[in-house]
Amino acid sequence: MRRIPGAARGYILCAVVGAGSCALPAVRPGADTPWTTVALLAGLYALCEAPGRCPFLGRMLGGSVPVGAGSFFPVLLAAALLLPPAGAALAAVPGALLARVEQRPGGVRRVWRAARLSLAAGAASGAAALCGGPAALAAPALPYALVPACAAALTFCLVVAALDGGILATAERVPVRAAWRGLLPGSLGPHLVHGLAGLMTAVLWRSPYGPPAALFVLLPMYISCWVFAQYHREQGAHRSTIRALVQAVDIKDRYTRGHSERVGRASVLIARELGMDEDRLEVLRFAGILHDVGKLGVPTRVLRKDGPLTQEERRVIELHPEYGHEIVRGIGFLGEARAAILHHHERLDGSGYPYGLAGRQIPEVARVVAVADAFDAMTSTRSYSRARPVPTAVEELKRCAGTQFDPRMVRALVRALDRHGWETAVTADEPAVPPRPLLGRAALPAQPKGAPAAGSHGGRGGAARHRRGG
Amino acid sequence: MSARAPGVVTAVYAAAVVLAAAGLGWTGWNGVAEPLVALAFGLLIAVGELARWGALPGEREPAPLGAAGALAYALLAENAGQATAHGVPQIVAVVTAGALAGAVPHVAQGRGPAPDHVARRVITVTFAAVCFRPLHGPGAPEELATGPGHVLVMLLVLVLTALCDAVLAALMVRARTRYPFGPLLREELRSLPGIGSAVCATGAVMALGTAVAGLWALPVFCLPLLLTQLSFRRFAAVRTTYRQTIASLARATEIAGYTPHGHARRVAALSAAVGRELGLSGPDLIVLEYAALMHDIGQLSLVDPVPDGATALLPVPEQRRIALLGGAVVRQTGVPQAVAVVVERQADPYREQPLPARIVRTVNAYDDLTGESAGSALAALEQLRLGTAHDYQPEVVESLARVLSRGGLGPAQPG
Repeated sequence: MRRIPGAARGYILCAVVGAGSCALPAVRPGADTPWTTVALLAGLYALCEAPGRCPFLGRMLGGSVPVGAGSFFPVLLAAALLLPPAGAALAAVPGALLARVEQRPGGVRRVWRAARLSLAAGAASGAAALCGGPAALAAPALPYALVPACAAALTFCLVVAALDGGILATAERVPVRAAWRGLLPGSLGPHLVHGLAGLMTAVLWRSPYGPPAALFVLLPMYISCWVFAQYHREQGAHRSTIRALVQAVDIKDRYTRGHSERVGRASVLIARELGMDEDRLEVLRFAGILHDVGKLGVPTRVLRKDGPLTQEERRVIELHPEYGHEIVRGIGFLGEARAAILHHHERLDGSGYPYGLAGRQIPEVARVVAVADAFDAMTSTRSYSRARPVPTAVEELKRCAGTQFDPRMVRALVRALDRHGWETAVTADEPAVPPRPLLGRAALPAQPKGAPAAGSHGGRGGAARHRRGG
Repeated sequence: MSARAPGVVTAVYAAAVVLAAAGLGWTGWNGVAEPLVALAFGLLIAVGELARWGALPGEREPAPLGAAGALAYALLAENAGQATAHGVPQIVAVVTAGALAGAVPHVAQGRGPAPDHVARRVITVTFAAVCFRPLHGPGAPEELATGPGHVLVMLLVLVLTALCDAVLAALMVRARTRYPFGPLLREELRSLPGIGSAVCATGAVMALGTAVAGLWALPVFCLPLLLTQLSFRRFAAVRTTYRQTIASLARATEIAGYTPHGHARRVAALSAAVGRELGLSGPDLIVLEYAALMHDIGQLSLVDPVPDGATALLPVPEQRRIALLGGAVVRQTGVPQAVAVVVERQADPYREQPLPARIVRTVNAYDDLTGESAGSALAALEQLRLGTAHDYQPEVVESLARVLSRGGLGPAQPG
């Protein structure tokens, strides 16, 4: 268990004090707090967070955690519209304290989450009141009521983002300048949708039909969050299946372990340097990772053979791009990557295999993967050769540019290496694009395992040599 | 049995056409009550139908917004505090007109108007309207027409409507595919908490919201449902790619020359059919399908291929060893643990196996026996029956025989 830095303790204490002073007016003598509404909304929020905590209920709902803990905001935004700031701040507390925490230390995380959400709810309620929320709800004047609802959602989003940035800077020691980057744009849209749902809940709550009618609004939102969580689970499962395909190759060809991942990474480096868009980067990553999947079809004895290959064995190995294409043919989302897998051994002068394509006949993605593949093959130890330092490999690539490789791709790789360097330890677990939070951000972002920032900035242009397994 | 099957579909279509014609005729004769409200809801339904565009094949509710709008119009008791006057025939007329108008662009694009969905929509909305209208009209009890009692009535009507729709959907699938009715209905009911309940809830929210805040509620209140639909589509898309990836992983053994061409796919399709016949549905079927696809994956760890990949013809300890190796690989692929268990246990005697493993074992043996080097389907079934004392469960073998005799999936095509 990690120790919590002192700065973070102080920061959380400040948040708790702030939340307390925000909620204090509710319990002052003479305060006209609508305790029934507070209790109902607080209970509702706690109920919405409960399935993540209770394993039995979770299993009933399909064995998955329904929503990300501490992130079912429509109830809180409805509370912001229905209650004065102090009441809204109180309504957020029980649910935030009860919800599941993913990492230890649980207690501190719960307290922090409660303080953060009740501050946000209180601020949102204040913003809504400034825009004439209570009057708009009483009528209800619908087009105008959108204004306080959006104001509440925006305020909520801003406060949460500001507080999150602070905890990133203090607890996770993210540099202050980077702590707040990217927190707001990603969460604005989801918060506005939650704000509209909160508005509907509030309108129906105040209507003659009463709180039961408001539950109808929360059901689709809840199902949506639940499906979204399942989507992420399924996506994770999908990723590990791809990894299993790669591992199956590694079982047969032990000398190439890690090669696939590194080729995927080098392909992305080249493609980014060429200015390709994000979707294509993702396709290229998969193309690099899966480029040798056809080796599953090559007899294990041939793959593991030390020393020179006979003519016959070479011919068998040269079938692997076609085998690979045959294996991944049915995976629709791979798109262009399939062409890259089929053609990554073509050469620019037309002397490659399997089809002997030349020049522009070779798909662009295949030309990228070819360079990445050759680069990693040279800089890692194989059964038939030892690893060479990066500058030597780059020289070799430059020498073959124009005959074997596309010079454009080689130049891009050289530029990318100058800019980012090249390290050897690559894990398959890192997602290429961080999943966009539809539900907002959970408290205390997860600490990435293994060595953080320091490792990824080191080794600029240096001769990264990677010897695998001693 | 089979002579009656298309009759059910025809009867549903006929009922929908009669209802729609009656509604349109009656409304045309008597004029439209509150035309503005009718127009707004008709527009909403038409726009909702347009959302069919990106629908994936086999999507449960391709136009949820259209369905919710139709339900909302059926459940609409007031508009901004004023009681509404539209009756059941007008509801049917507006829903039909909206659905037809929304189908025009689809037909113009050369795609069918999805008659199943339109027919089901007309019938279920009529059902909801007939149930709901008497409870809020002039003669209705006061406590049911306003306040929380009204919400309760609405909930009841929605539950009944959802049940009616599930029965209808299961009947139509049964008429088309001749799968047993029970599991089909169970599958429909099991999927109700998903998009179905979101549609019903949104219908209720729109009706109540319009009652409180007027027609402005419609565009605002349809938002959560659109979000839900988006989530479902993304989920369905990732599930599709996932299945493709697993099928590809399964094909790796074929490429490597360990198993005959198309073996995994045939075993998966036949296992799914047998599983349905035995009453499996939903997640159980998915586990069965994945396990059937990957049942031979353990052979990748063998240095020398088994002749024709026919594990069923190997000595039992060898079969078990391959099964355990396969389970180890499957555990790394991120599929549910149940799949790995099925793959591991596929070579055990049937009394020690879970049901999916029994099915996979039987179907795999059948496919091995009807492969290139072996005999015909009948001979293979005969051999399986001889093994029912220990290896294959008799019920599974008989289900397999029934599936094969129906010819829904022909015997394995060698090569």
